[in-house]
Amino acid sequence: MSKKKKLTASLGDKTLRLLTLLMAISVLVLMVWMGWQMFDSARPSIDKFGFSFITGRVWDPVKEQFGALPFIYGTLVTSLLALIIAAPIGLGVAIFLNEMARSGVRSVIAFLVEMLAAIPSVVYGLWGIFVLVPWLRETVEPGLAKWFGFIPLFQGTPLGFGMLAGGLILAVMILPTIAAISVEVMAAVPNEQREAALALGATKWEMIRIAVLPYAKSGILGGVMLGLGRALGETMAVTMVIGNRPDILPSLFAPAYSIAAVIANEFTEATYDLYLSALVEVGLILFVITLILNVFARLLVWSVARGPKGGIS
Amino acid sequence: MHDRLRKYRNRMMMGIFIIATLIALIPLFGILGYVVKNGLSALNWEFFINLPKAMGAPGGGMANSIVGTLIMVLIASLIGIPVGILTAIYLTEYDRTSWLSIGVRFATDVLTGIPSIIVGIVIYTAVVLRMGHFSALAGGLALSIIMIPLIIRSTEEMLKLVSHSIREAGYALGISKVKTILKIVLPTAAKGIITGAMLAVARVSGETAPLLFTALGNQYWARSLNEPIAALPVQIYQYATSPYKEWHQQAWAGSLVLISLVVILNLFARFVFRSRSN
Amino acid sequence: MGQSLSVRKLEAWYGSNQTLKGINMEIIPNQVTAIIGPSGCGKSTFVRCINRMHETLPGTKVKGEIILDGESVYDQDPVALRKSVGMVFQKANPFPSMSIYENVVAGLRLNGMKSKQKLQATAEKSLRMAALWDEVKDRLNYSGMSLSGGQQQRLCIARALAVEPSVLLMDEPASALDPIATTHIEELIRQLKENYTILIVTHNMQQAARIADSTAFFLNGELVEHGPTSDIFTNPHDKRTEDYITGRFG
Repeated sequence: MSKKKKLTASLGDKTLRLLTLLMAISVLVLMVWMGWQMFDSARPSIDKFGFSFITGRVWDPVKEQFGALPFIYGTLVTSLLALIIAAPIGLGVAIFLNEMARSGVRSVIAFLVEMLAAIPSVVYGLWGIFVLVPWLRETVEPGLAKWFGFIPLFQGTPLGFGMLAGGLILAVMILPTIAAISVEVMAAVPNEQREAALALGATKWEMIRIAVLPYAKSGILGGVMLGLGRALGETMAVTMVIGNRPDILPSLFAPAYSIAAVIANEFTEATYDLYLSALVEVGLILFVITLILNVFARLLVWSVARGPKGGIS
Repeated sequence: MHDRLRKYRNRMMMGIFIIATLIALIPLFGILGYVVKNGLSALNWEFFINLPKAMGAPGGGMANSIVGTLIMVLIASLIGIPVGILTAIYLTEYDRTSWLSIGVRFATDVLTGIPSIIVGIVIYTAVVLRMGHFSALAGGLALSIIMIPLIIRSTEEMLKLVSHSIREAGYALGISKVKTILKIVLPTAAKGIITGAMLAVARVSGETAPLLFTALGNQYWARSLNEPIAALPVQIYQYATSPYKEWHQQAWAGSLVLISLVVILNLFARFVFRSRSN
Repeated sequence: MGQSLSVRKLEAWYGSNQTLKGINMEIIPNQVTAIIGPSGCGKSTFVRCINRMHETLPGTKVKGEIILDGESVYDQDPVALRKSVGMVFQKANPFPSMSIYENVVAGLRLNGMKSKQKLQATAEKSLRMAALWDEVKDRLNYSGMSLSGGQQQRLCIARALAVEPSVLLMDEPASALDPIATTHIEELIRQLKENYTILIVTHNMQQAARIADSTAFFLNGELVEHGPTSDIFTNPHDKRTEDYITGRFG
């Protein structure tokens, strides 16, 4: 049998294939390089402080004492607070968009929620400083102190700046993420499921509860995790309202510090190598946490709605 | 009786969802409202033309920030858009299944989720320290890293939407693969790809954190790309956290300009895409 | 003028699944040959082997000989081969980013033809051959997608003809069309066979009876019977053919 002439790629074919291959490889290399670069720059600090870096409560560059716990604490508290607020509301918005709104209303509201996501972090921060913080300081926090002051969460002087402000602003910022992914995931629930529930005489809410939510459950969880990931890494808005003090206090009114915020504030002030290295190590912690979180989250989302997407409608 | 309870509960839940939506939209209108109100009053000719005036003296502007942002976004786009589109072409047209493509997709995911300040750190240690100074180039590079995964993802999605039958029609006519990709598939997906690019540009225009220690900021005009350069979001941040009232007002004005840019790009992208799907 | 096609011991795989199990067939030039058979019998695969489209799918393998006008198709560069073997698909697939005119001349333009006169002349000729010229001559720069389903399919036929192939492969070209559009396509095929060798895959036996000079019946990857259409339908040799024709399966 004669030898088959395979698709002899023309020069153009070979060029394009090679070019695109190079670009693809470079993306992979970029990720690896970034991870390595972080690790390498953080190494002096890792070597010096070891595990006590994560448990250390004192961050004192003057005395060369670097403990990252205050930042981890501030980051976690604000992010969790944001999640507690944004997850139910985001899910509610998603249900409204997907199961209730007619197409015209749906487009408009979906667009508005996308706008919320498009506002730059620094503008959130600006609004935070001049609108949210005063409101918290004068109205909300005194109110909370009056009614719930017996809980340690709401004790202390209302400054406006602090973890409550950070948590609230983050809540607004991650809400679109949670809403968008929840919409996408719920839209992937086959209509037959909905119809089966309705045919049994279920009300709309019961249909959602029985047919849609269980099916979309893992995807919604993934969306919440992605929202958490975003909250953990958010820099500008948080640093502008959180108070920037590396303290670990139980009250939400207390000023605190987040990982991203301390990096933003102190990076250019790092006058010696160990200081810089410590800051990079703090960043490395954030990098690793968000990486793991994102991978898990994407897997969850993909298990329901194939393929990652961006917008809402 | 039980039915009435169920109906009532249904009504209540539906009401809750509507309320949730309204609650979600309040901050949007709140922020936009304040930005427009406070920003408009501080917006004037001088804002667009003048350089910043020290210590909050009146009459200053943000001209250098606006230009700086445009320059760095341009640098980022010149790197990020080609790399992103070419990678997406690789993933859809040449290799959808191998280990390499899985790895590249994973990397894209990781890069999408990286906090932008981390990007700033990496470029600082790799570029700024090595060069010995802050620069517009470093800032543009940092922004391009943020752009690349966004472009890859949106372009890949658009390319996948092109039905395989179109590619087959091209091959069946005796058209080579490279020409089929460049002259048939890409033009078909063009509108969507452009939309994705516009949204990515809107996104990086507003990024502050990665610029804080790459471009740093500059009170004056940068004379070359190798110098620190001002950027709109960075300037807004510095003004907002300063003690000067004049600068606070300028921060609002700057926010108005920034938000307008972002909203216009988003609206444009939506309209371009809408007309395509019709 | 249409060319002759010889197929010898053609085998094809899709992954581990063997879709063609040794096809031997002589296709007479300037005739319409219909390929009929139940779903999954390999008729589409067969036709896609002829212009080497089958290999563009991942995980496919082909063995055997296909001789087009004396030359083995495997001795040619597939891209070049596909200029002499045209293909029309089940669902019309005009290029969405191009106008009607650009669609028709796409095969020529993208392969380097630059002369505007030649392109326009070829476009008109192909559109006339596809019986579409009168309907679109005043809107050649409208999008290809602005036409009806039947018109789009005729546009695809014109596009395939513009490259001047000698063989035309049609994979269920009318299955997505309404009866009237189908009639147009069938009439077109009757006219085209004067100048082309046409292979048409169809699941519609009445269609085969209407337009095909010879018919081949495929079953489970094998060529069961091949002969003049009238013979196949009135006096089939093989029992399996008879069962299929009379509707006992498929």
